[in-house]
Amino acid sequence: MKTNNKMKLEFPSLSGNESFARATVAAFVSQLDPTVEEIADIKTALSEGVTNAVIHGYGDKIGIIKIECELNDKTVKLIIEDNGKGIADKEKARQPFYTESDGEERSGMGFTVMETFMDSLEIISKTGEGTKLIMTKEISDLKEQV
Amino acid sequence: MQVVLSMNKDTLIAKMSGELDHHSAEEVREKLERCIINKSAKNLIFDFSNLTFMDSSGIGMIIGRFKLISAMGGKVQIVCKSRQIDKLISMSGLKKIIKVYDDIKQAIESI
Repeated sequence: MKTNNKMKLEFPSLSGNESFARATVAAFVSQLDPTVEEIADIKTALSEGVTNAVIHGYGDKIGIIKIECELNDKTVKLIIEDNGKGIADKEKARQPFYTESDGEERSGMGFTVMETFMDSLEIISKTGEGTKLIMTKEISDLKEQV
Repeated sequence: MQVVLSMNKDTLIAKMSGELDHHSAEEVREKLERCIINKSAKNLIFDFSNLTFMDSSGIGMIIGRFKLISAMGGKVQIVCKSRQIDKLISMSGLKKIIKVYDDIKQAIESI
């Protein structure tokens, strides 16, 4: 059965909202009947994107984080957007273990996790204007395989 | 997020339940740091048996504690049953420096 659906979520960049965003997106995506592993992958990638917006996008300031989630047939599209400081060097940011945080303990793995756990990742960012992450993942159709 | 801390000889066992993300990692870090110093813990076991979620903020928190413990000549081990958490730990390369067990007994015996 084809599912075409979408939703939008907006919240202030408070770290306590990270778990709220994960739970909400997971609940929305569950209508595609994903496996436990697929849901875990999406939750993890989303968590990395939202955490980046909280820590790197806005830093000490509180701004708005927008999430859009689209379900088209079996594909999940996630858009995470902030109006924070933006990423100066996108290629550098994508490198494993690269981090701009010096005080906090950051692993520098955020983008690597998003790339590995999702099928695609696009970073649109402009210094001083903000960052938009677009990720997609196809949900396997288990019923067809049986 | 809940952390239950206990000592087994000179090994601190941190049993965590709930979700370990950027929000909860800071609190866990502070609790562990305090306990390692107050109890003079030599080794540390992260027991993630009841952890339902972890992202790369958790990896950062583990690496931070690993640096502290290994600088004092101690060992760090992880107990993990979840596939999602194991996948993340594997891709981070953490398994090259920290042993991962699926059972707390094994982890305690091998420390």
